Formats: sequence, structure tokens, C-alpha cells
Amino acid sequence: MASTAVGMLFAIGFYAAALILVLGLVWKIARYIITPAPLKIPVTPAPVTWAGVPVRLGQEILFFASLFKSNKWIWIFAVLFHAALLLVVLRHLRYFIEPVWFWVALAQPFGIYAGFAMVLGLLGLWGRRFLVDRVKYISSPSDHLMLALLVMIGLSGLLMKFVSRTDIIQVKTFFLGLLKLDIQALPTDPLLLAHLTLVLILLIVFPFSKLLHAPGIVFMPSRYQVDNAREKRHIVRWVAKMMKQMDADDTAAKQAADQA
Amino acid sequence: MAKDKLEAPAYREFPSPPPLREGAMSHMHTFIAKPAHQEDLDWPGELEDGWEQRAVDKLGDLLKKNKALRVYLDSCVKCGACTDKCHYYIGTQDPKNMPVARQDLLRSVYRRYFTISGKLVPGLVGARDMTKDVLDEWYNYYHQCTECRRCSVFCPYGIDTAEITMAARDIMNHIGLGQKYSNEIIGKVHKIGNNLGLPGPALVDTMEGLEEDVLDETGVDVKFPVDVHGADVLLVTPSADFFAEPPVDGLIGYGKVFHQAGISWTVSSYASEAANFALFAGSTEQMHKIARRIRKVAQEFGVKRIIFGECGHAWRVAYSFLNTLAGPFDFLDPKYPVPQHILEFTYDLINRGALKLDPSANDDKVVTFHDSCNVARASRMGTRPGGQFNIPREVIKAAVNNYVDMNPETIHEKTFCCGGGGGLLTDDLMELRVKGALPRMEALQEVVDSHGVTHIAAICAICKTQFAKVLPYYDFGMDMIISAHQLVGDAIQLGEKE
Ligand code: SF4
Ligand code: SF4
Repeated sequence: MASTAVGMLFAIGFYAAALILVLGLVWKIARYIITPAPLKIPVTPAPVTWAGVPVRLGQEILFFASLFKSNKWIWIFAVLFHAALLLVVLRHLRYFIEPVWFWVALAQPFGIYAGFAMVLGLLGLWGRRFLVDRVKYISSPSDHLMLALLVMIGLSGLLMKFVSRTDIIQVKTFFLGLLKLDIQALPTDPLLLAHLTLVLILLIVFPFSKLLHAPGIVFMPSRYQVDNAREKRHIVRWVAKMMKQMDADDTAAKQAADQA
Repeated sequence: MAKDKLEAPAYREFPSPPPLREGAMSHMHTFIAKPAHQEDLDWPGELEDGWEQRAVDKLGDLLKKNKALRVYLDSCVKCGACTDKCHYYIGTQDPKNMPVARQDLLRSVYRRYFTISGKLVPGLVGARDMTKDVLDEWYNYYHQCTECRRCSVFCPYGIDTAEITMAARDIMNHIGLGQKYSNEIIGKVHKIGNNLGLPGPALVDTMEGLEEDVLDETGVDVKFPVDVHGADVLLVTPSADFFAEPPVDGLIGYGKVFHQAGISWTVSSYASEAANFALFAGSTEQMHKIARRIRKVAQEFGVKRIIFGECGHAWRVAYSFLNTLAGPFDFLDPKYPVPQHILEFTYDLINRGALKLDPSANDDKVVTFHDSCNVARASRMGTRPGGQFNIPREVIKAAVNNYVDMNPETIHEKTFCCGGGGGLLTDDLMELRVKGALPRMEALQEVVDSHGVTHIAAICAICKTQFAKVLPYYDFGMDMIISAHQLVGDAIQLGEKE
């Protein structure tokens, strides 16, 4: 069964969520870019030229290099979750493109297993929040809720694949229509609607939550800065202005003292 | 706290994360700065009505001025990777000494006033109002962080708790709640030129005393010049080098190296301090005010190059910030990096064969090396990344025959802080300092047992002073700590050059 009314409701939801996501991220990222880094603070050893920076960041983004040094359990679960998430997202691309690109089609079978891996990784991370006293101490309700949200998205997706299927042809029609501003009916299976609602929530909270670590990782002065403080003078506007003012005040004070 | 009452924590069975002991260090409260010390630095003398709003405003100001603060506060995912990496957590087991928990003390306020989620659903995201209780926690636990950056190395995003500690201290200073130890010292540098408040004539006396000592001991007339215009090198060294044990033996070592190299040098009585405690206070303004003294003297004396003595955070400020805060140094000889570290200088001489060392002079010692946190993780020596690890070791190995490294998990960029940096080298924090030294002492014990290590060399006045004080708590002799340049000085063959 498919309903146009439900299609309309979710279309509005997706447009709104997309708008919030994009505006929220642009607003956040713009501020990351505009805010100056007054001093050279790379954590060393660091690359001594710009060419080394993508290598350093690449190791962090692709392999979670520092996390590997730090804690093997978190590393395993985190890699499992993020790699699986990537495959799952690739798999879902097929709902938005027609004809389906070759490599997206290629990723399909892996995408299914990735669904399990993703949930497994999340449960591992969640388990630590109960079992490791240190991690339990630092977890706030929002940390649990975020994991709950992701696990539920994963489970509802898996259930649709393996237990109670939905009309994916119609789902695809809906999303292709969405891209062309042509609103189509959406199947009304509760699992599908639950899955989509949870995804909507995820998109909306993204720019206002710790999910900001995704864009944030490339704006970390400790990691993206080049270690060349002696060779190249690093100076930002507010520091230059502040120093000029302080030096001028000082000179004026000295002159006043000399005259007195 | 009396020494007999204070006991060092027991070594851990396997170096593994210890269990939490909530509130274990909530009583630790470093002395508050007196109004006079605050006002010397243009900060309010004490907390005044409305401080809550002023604190929030100052945080807002810092968020606009400091990218790191903004991104670090937003990006933590509470993964827990950093939780067992701080020496203070390991030594005290207080959960608020876990780096992420320390960050959260400020992050909770940031969320409350600067994020939508914290304004709408504070309880859900751990957001808190700026209250006196929160401020008290800030004061206690932001003065239990040495800003050593070890946590940053292990964070998947590189979130550096040191930056957050600095921001919190900057905010507290701006609302009239400063730390006595650091702020008094910053004031002394502004007035007199060094942390110890040692005036020019006393400095000259001290240096003459060193000349006599070296003459008596070696028969060679090694100079320790003060305020010499036209010298080639301006040496800027931590004032502890002038007479505290063991740093002073390091200074004697530098003097011998300069003597042997035949390079003229001087210290300045006006800029007689390499340390810059404004770093610890997180104040760019005060850092500039201290740093510009060095520029002024370098110009006045017409030196060709500036060399810094052994000091960890001083080298961070010198290496990473001096160019920003007191540059450009285009009036110096472009052949040399500005500034240079004394170890770079000595290393270079050794490589060129300009320095004759007899390592057998140190054959009574088995030496290991403690990487200072600020040198290891916030600066460099030489031209290649990691030079800050190799160069000191190469120099030491040229001066001694018996050298061993400690456990690789505790050296280089993973080095453990001595437990006394970051403006915490004060007697009112003795308990914290002893406990925070635990992981370093464990690693030291290991090489003492396995290789018979007799000495631990350091290149930081704070590390040296801290070790001299805490080693006895762990049943080591306080004279186990030694300056890298003391080893060099003892191995130098004086006067054998034609
Ligand atoms: S390692 Fe980094 S992201 Fe993880 S809890 Fe610590 S500060 Fe947060
Ligand atoms: S900077 Fe050092 S002292 Fe501060 S929280 Fe991190 S590890 Fe601990």
C-alpha cells in the first residue's frame, strides 16, 4: 500500500531536514573557518611543510591512527561502525540514482553485511558506556540517545531487508521524485516509516550535536597546522592589533613618566 | 602538607588504568592570588558581583578569537580514548582528572550559553549554568592540569585539553580569580625581569661566583658574562639556572660549551628569564609583554643570534610563539634559526668536531632521559620532525657511555609529564605533584631495576626542580636528576683546543 498523503508528509520532512542540515553545517563550518588561530599550536612531531598535512589528516580520517595508538577496543568498534556506515550509505545511493552506477551496484552485496557490522560496532561502543567505569562516568544522556538512534536506524533497516519487506520500487520512486520536486506516494509500512523518521531526526540533530566531529576533524589546529613557526611568522589580525596597542600604551606611559 | 604525612601512591601491578575514586582530589585548592598580584596584571583583584555574566562574556570573546577552543568544544564524541592518558588521573584516580572530564567542566558551560541544544535541553547534553559550584570545580581541576598535551596525542581528533585549561584560567583571571603562584611570578617578570625577582646586581654577583667555581675546579677561566653589548649570542635561560640545584650545573655546562666554541655570549639582566608563565595563564597579552623584553635586549645589544637554555615550556613559547609575539627578527644573522636551542647549538658543535667530549668522565653514571612535555609535543629541534627527541639523546650519548631509554610507551611524544609543569610547581600543590609523578616514576623504576640507571637527565628547569622534590617520595635520591648540559659540561675537555 502506498499513500500520497504520507508521501507529502515525509517530503516536507525531508526538505525541512535537508535545509536545517545544510544551513546548520554551513553556519558551523563558516565559523570554524572565520575564527582565527592566534598561535602556532600543532602537536608535534608535525609536518614541516603543507605537503605533509594531508598525509597526517588522511591517516586520522582513513585509519583512525591516533585512536589505534590509544585504545584497541574503541578502535575496532569505531572502525567497524564507520566503515560499515560508509558501505551502507553507498548501498542506499541506489534509491537516488537511475540508472544505478556501476560501482554502487558493486557495493550492494557488501552493504547488506555492513548493516550487521554497523549495529555490532555500535553495540560495542555502547557496551563500553556501561562496562568501563571511566567511559560510563563521561557519558551524558545525549551520548546514549545518539547510540540508540543509530542502532534503531540500523535495526529497522535490517528488519526490512530480512523480515518484513517493503515495496522498494515505490520507495525509489518517492526519492527520485523528491529530487525533482515531484512528490510521489510512499509505502505505509510502519517499519519503513519508523526508519525514515529516525533518519530525519539524525539529519536534523547533526549540526547541533557531537556529530560535528565529522567536519571538525579537518579544523583541528593541533593537527592541520604546519610546524614552521621559526621559518614563517604566523600572525593574525587581533593579535597584531593587540600588540600594537600594548606597545603604544607602554611608550606613552614611559614618556609621561620621563616628563614628570 | 608535611612530608611524613604525604605518601607516594603505590606502583600499579601492571600499568593499567586504575579504577575511579570520585572526589579523591576535590580538596586540592591552590592558593588564590591576592588583589595586588591581580591588579599588577590589569585583572580585577577579586570576584565581584556579576562575575557570572562576565565569565560567560569572556568565554564568548575567546570563542571568537581562538579556533581551537571552538572546534575542540564542539567535536568531542566522549569516546573515552583519552581517559587513562593523564598522569594526574593515573596518580590520583579522580575522574575529574580524566582529560575529557576536565574539558567537560568548561564544555558544560559552553553548551549552556552558546549552543542550541544546551539552551533547549540542558539536562540531556550535560549543560550547566555558570554558578559558584561550577567555578569552584574549575579552580580546583584546571589547576590540576599541567597543560602537557599528552591527551591530545591519543585523541582521535587531537583535542588538546591544555587549550581548554588555558581558556578557563584566562576566564578566571579576568573575573578576579587567579592563582597566586603563577600571577605573582608574571608580575615579577614585568617588574624585575625574571621569575625569581633577582635584580641585576645580584645576577652579576651570581655569575661571578660561577666563574670562580669553574676556575677553582678546572683551572680554566670560563666567563659568565652579563649585559655585554656586542656579544654574538644572547642567552635566554630560565632564572632557576642561576642558582637552583640542579639547573645551575646546566648553566655551567652552557658556559663551558661557549668557551670551548670560542663564541662570545651574554645574558641580560633586563630579559633574564626564559620562562613565560603567561602561557600557563592562557594570556596572549601577558605572553607578549614578557616576550618583547627579549626582542628589546637583542636589538640593544646588537647580538647576532638568540639561544635559549634548557626549559620546556620556555622552549615552546620561544620556538612556537616568539616569532609571532616579538618578531620579526630580521635584524639577527639569517644564518641561524631564531631562536635556537642550546642543545641544537651543542649538537651542531659536536657534529662539526668543534667540541671535544670525553664520555668516560661520566662512567660512574648510567643515564636515562626524560622528554619534557612541551619540548616533545609543542616544539621541535633541528630541521626534521622528531629532532626534539633525537638531538638531546645524541648530545647525551656523546657525553656518556652508558645510556638507556625508558619504556617506549613513556618517551618521545608519549612522554609523561614530570607532574610539576603548567604553573603547578608550588608547595601548596605538593600532594598533586607527588601523585602526578607516578607514571614517570614507574618507568624510571623499571630501568633502574633492569639496567641499573643512576641518573635521569632532563632539559627543563621545572622538571629538574620537580624531580629533585618528588624523587625521595619514591625512594630515589634527589640527586638522581641531572641537567643534560651538566653531563656535557663534565665531559668537556677544556682548553685542549689550539
Ligand atoms: S579522546 Fe578526544 S573525543 Fe575521545 S573523549 Fe577524549 S577528548 Fe573526547
Ligand atoms: S594536558 Fe596533560 S595534564 Fe592536562 S588533561 Fe591532558 S594529559 Fe592531563
